Amino acid sequence: MTDLTLNGIPVIDTFAEAFDVAGTAIIITNDTPKWAMIAATVMTGFATSVIGCGAEAGIDCELSPEETPDGRPGVRVLLFGFEPNGLKDQLLKRVGQCILTCPGTACYAGVDGPTKIKLGGAIRYFGDGFAVAKRLTDPVTGKARRYWRIPVMDGEFLCEDFVRAVDGAVGGGNLLFLGRKHADTLKVAEIAVEAARAVPGAILPFPGGIVRSGSKVGARTKGMMASTNDAYCPTLKGRAGTELSAEVGVVLEIVIDALTSDGVAESMRAALHAATEAGAAHGLVAVTAGNYGGNLGRHHYHLKNLLSKEPGSEAGAA
Amino acid sequence: MSTLTLRQEPPERLDLLHVTPLSLRGLSEAEAARLPVGTGRRGLTLGDCFTLALDGSDDLVIEGGSSRLDRVGAALSGGRIRVVGDVGQRLGAGMQSGSVTVTGSAGPFAGSGATGGTITIEGDAGDHAGGAVYAAKAGLDGATLVIHGAAGDYLGDRMRRGLILVGRAGAYAGARMIAGTIAAMHLGDHPGFGMRRGTILAGGVGALSPSFVETGTHDLVFLRLLARSLRPLSPAHADLAAGALTRYSGDLATLGKGEVWVAAA
Repeated sequence: MTDLTLNGIPVIDTFAEAFDVAGTAIIITNDTPKWAMIAATVMTGFATSVIGCGAEAGIDCELSPEETPDGRPGVRVLLFGFEPNGLKDQLLKRVGQCILTCPGTACYAGVDGPTKIKLGGAIRYFGDGFAVAKRLTDPVTGKARRYWRIPVMDGEFLCEDFVRAVDGAVGGGNLLFLGRKHADTLKVAEIAVEAARAVPGAILPFPGGIVRSGSKVGARTKGMMASTNDAYCPTLKGRAGTELSAEVGVVLEIVIDALTSDGVAESMRAALHAATEAGAAHGLVAVTAGNYGGNLGRHHYHLKNLLSKEPGSEAGAA
Repeated sequence: MSTLTLRQEPPERLDLLHVTPLSLRGLSEAEAARLPVGTGRRGLTLGDCFTLALDGSDDLVIEGGSSRLDRVGAALSGGRIRVVGDVGQRLGAGMQSGSVTVTGSAGPFAGSGATGGTITIEGDAGDHAGGAVYAAKAGLDGATLVIHGAAGDYLGDRMRRGLILVGRAGAYAGARMIAGTIAAMHLGDHPGFGMRRGTILAGGVGALSPSFVETGTHDLVFLRLLARSLRPLSPAHADLAAGALTRYSGDLATLGKGEVWVAAA
C-alpha cells in the first residue's frame, strides 16, 4: 500500500497503462435532440471493448444547432479501434446500420486528422446509383466539403464523403474504486464517470461508464487471452495474490478512451478528484489503477501525478 | 497595388491572358510595357494601350474597361484583379485561384473552365457565362462565379463543378450540366436542358423541358447546407434556398440525376 492520499482517501502509488489506438469522431444531427441521441445511442451500442466488439465507442457531447454543420441539434460520437482499417470497418457497419436507418439523421466528420476514412463515399452504394455527391463551401472554414445524398424513404440520408482519424488517440486509461458496499461504491463510480465525461474528447465505453469485470492478461484455462482480474475479486480475498484488504467488499473500474493522451489524463484527474471528494461519505477504501506491468502499453498515467488539480506533464509515454 | 489605366478604347481586341499580378511581379514597367496584348497585325503592346504603375503586389487594378479586353484573369493562379469598367469574352477562363472582380459587364464565356477562385461581375454577363467553349469538356469546373446583374443564354452550359450565383439568366441555363450548382432569382426557358447531375435553384423559371418530373416539396438537410453556404455570398439566394421549394428531377432524357428547385407558388 501507499501513503498517498487525496481528500482523505488512500490512493495507491501505481499507474494506469494505456495504448495507442485509432480514433475518430462523427457528428450526428437530427431535427430534434431526442432523435439525434437515439441514433447516437444505437450506434455506440455493443462497443465496450475493442477485443470483443471490434470498437470502443461512446457519446462525447450534445451539440447545439449553432455547433453543427446543418444547424440542427446534434451529438458528437467518438469511435476507437486497434488500427485505421479496423476502425473503418466498424464505422461503416455502425453508420450503415444505425445512422442510415434512423429517421431524419445526417452524419458529418467530427474531427480533423491525417488519415482519411471513406464514409459517405462507401455508403452511397446503398443508393443503387441514385445517390449524388454535392460539394459545398463550409461557411465557417471557407473550405469545400463533399457530401453524399442517398435517397431513402423519408427523403435523403446526407453523409459526409469521408471522415478523418486522428493521430495520438489513447485507449485504456482507468481507475479502480475499492469500496465497502456495492451501492455506495457504485455511487462513487457514477460520480467519477460524470466528471470524466465532462472532459471534451473523452468517452467511457462500458455500461454507464463502469466495468465490474476487470481483466488480466492470460488465464489458467488454455487458449483464453484474458480472464477475470482475480487479485481484485472480493470473493477471492485471502488467497495468495489478492490486492484487497479485508474491509474491501466491492471493486468497480472506469475505463477512459480519448482522442489525445492529455484527454485521458485530464479525464482521469477529474474522475479521481470527484471520486475522492465523495468517497468518505460512501465508504470508499482506496483508489488504484490497472496495468500490465508497463510492458504492453506505452502510455502510463501515474496516480501520484494526478493528485494536483492543475494539469501537469503526467500524460504520455513512460 | 499595381494599376493599368486604359488610355482610350482599343483599336482591336486585346488578349490579357498574360497580364496577371503574378506575371507582372518580376517585370519592370518598361518590360511590362513590351508585353504583347494585340490580336491583330498592329503588334500592340501593353504599353501602347495602358499607362502602367506597377509595385509588384498581388493586387492589380485595371482602370477603364472595355468590351474589347478579352481573357482578363484567365488562368489566374493567385492574387486579385479588379477591373473598373467592362471586359470582353472569357473573363477568368481557366483560372485556378485568386479573385477577379469586374465593376461593369462581361462578354461571353466568363469563367469557362475555371477550376478555383472567385469571379465577380457586378454588371451583366453575356451568353455562356460559366459555360464550355466549343469543343471543351466542361464549363465552370470548381470556381465560384457571381453575377449581380443578368446573364445571357446557356449560363453554366456543361458546367462540371462549382457555384454560379446570378440575378437573372436567359434560356437554357445549366444545359448539359455535368454537376455543380446554379442559384438564380429567375431563369428563362428550359433550365437544365440535358443536364446529367447538378442542382439548379431558381426563384422562378420559364418553361421546363418535358423530360423533367415534379417530385414535390421536400425538407432536405441538403437545402439547409446549401442555404448556409450561399448566405455569405448572397443573403437573397440563401433565403430562396431556405424557403418553400418545389423539386423537379431531370433531365430524364439523359442520366436524370439533376434537379431544379423552384420557389413554390
